[in-house]
Amino acid sequence: MSDLVIEAKDLTKHYGDFVAIDKLNFEVKRGEIVGLLGPNGAGKSTTMKILTCYAAPTEGSAKVNGYDVFENALQVREAIGYLPESTPLYTEMLVYEYLEFAAEMRGLKGEAIKRQIKRSVEETSLGEVVGKEIRALSKGYRQRVGLAQALIHEPPLLILDEPMSGLDPNQAIEVRDVIKAIGKERTVVLSTHNLAEVQVTCDRVLIIARGKIVADDTPQSLSDRAGRARFLVSFADQGDAANAQAQLEKIAGVDVVRSIEGARNERSFEVIPSGGEDLRANIFRAAVDGNLTLLSLNREGQNLEEIFRQLTVGGAPGQGKA
Amino acid sequence: MTNTLTIAKREFRSYFNGPAAYIVGSLFLLVVAILFWNTFFLEQSASVRNLFALAYGVSVFVAPAITMGLIAEERRNGTLELLITYPVRDAEVVIGKYLGALGLYTVLLALTVPQVFAVGSMGQLDMGAVWAGYLGLFLSGGAILAIGVLASSWTSNQLIALIVALSIGLFFALIGQLLIFLPDGVASIFEWLSFGYHENNLERGVIDTRDVFFFVSVIALCLTLAFRSLESRLWK
Repeated sequence: MSDLVIEAKDLTKHYGDFVAIDKLNFEVKRGEIVGLLGPNGAGKSTTMKILTCYAAPTEGSAKVNGYDVFENALQVREAIGYLPESTPLYTEMLVYEYLEFAAEMRGLKGEAIKRQIKRSVEETSLGEVVGKEIRALSKGYRQRVGLAQALIHEPPLLILDEPMSGLDPNQAIEVRDVIKAIGKERTVVLSTHNLAEVQVTCDRVLIIARGKIVADDTPQSLSDRAGRARFLVSFADQGDAANAQAQLEKIAGVDVVRSIEGARNERSFEVIPSGGEDLRANIFRAAVDGNLTLLSLNREGQNLEEIFRQLTVGGAPGQGKA
Repeated sequence: MTNTLTIAKREFRSYFNGPAAYIVGSLFLLVVAILFWNTFFLEQSASVRNLFALAYGVSVFVAPAITMGLIAEERRNGTLELLITYPVRDAEVVIGKYLGALGLYTVLLALTVPQVFAVGSMGQLDMGAVWAGYLGLFLSGGAILAIGVLASSWTSNQLIALIVALSIGLFFALIGQLLIFLPDGVASIFEWLSFGYHENNLERGVIDTRDVFFFVSVIALCLTLAFRSLESRLWK
């Protein structure tokens, strides 16, 4: 079996004159947790609707688990567990009834239904509420019912549309933990406009803006490449600021050293490297050589939020404020 | 096939999970019983034909209420998207939902059986006519339900689905009454299209395959169109 769970080629969808997504090309490997990140209306949901065979692409193609989403829709759907945006559930049903329905729709029979419901309920920690009506549940629990439903047939691929939106911070953490646990064994594609979520949850980020993929990378290297990192260094104030600055400027790979305002009794500097390398070890040694008392040393990548703004509202990456 | 039945079962159950089935059931039973027994003793004969005619009339109003939410409400809630992305065919979704509604309607018809027995206890019933009458109710009601499913597939607002289904249903129920105003050629087409005409044949105890065929065709046509309407999401 191919190592690729999703292969999208020139995927395009028009709604009338509106181009929702425009020639998307991406691949998702087995076992990855991939975040589709983008502002509202960027085309995240459209992409997911095509992958789950709810909508057909206008042009291009996509394969899930080796099956074409248009030609082999039933096989594709079997390979996917899907949680649409805002977690639509049959709220008049009991949690157990609902999961039983989902299991039957997935073609499970007899003992397998009970076994899979039990496993799914354990995986999403729904034990306490299986006998309750879904409409009586909190949003966090509903979200987990939606996840349990998506997991019922142990699909190789989970597609989750905004799984963490609308949850309070505690619920979001619970749901995120469930997703991370699921992601250990399965491939997960989730969409979000929450950058922090992506940084914590995903192995890889696809940033979509105006129907196009504008970035495809790990959260870490995205922050790295978006702007040069900078180092914030503080020494104990030994009355010799010039020596401190000189020591820092001597380090190979340092471009600019600037004195910045620090706490009382501290001398603080901002060190901007000429390249992307990590200078923390060199800075530490320079401090030792210069007989300086190092109080703090931090490397600051540009955060994802700035990159996101640059990529999605125009302007090229790499021009982050220094 | 299994999927169709799973959907039908869920749909049927969900009527009883809320007040819907109880409201529709008691309304149907009450209206039919009051109108029937009101005039029964004036007629001096142990006939259930009036009962069937009334049940047919009331079902024109009740059936659209049964079907209005089937697809429209799921579309509004977003559950339709999840349902369709299970490994099912669109046709299975449409037929499953239709069968769920037909199940509830069958329960309503079953609720009228005690009244038939009550009439039977007062005189000799023609059992053949009773069976034919129920067949007529089942088929005509089935056709209105299919119209309801179609109307529900067109919108995400169940009130609109109700009004549209009611209008179409009333049109086919009432065109039989307009025949005298029409020239002969047109009148015979309208008569053939009239639900009342075919239902009336069955109600009289005459099982004619043409009448059965008519209702089965209406059901098949409406469900096919509903399937197309569901499928059109792919291209929008």
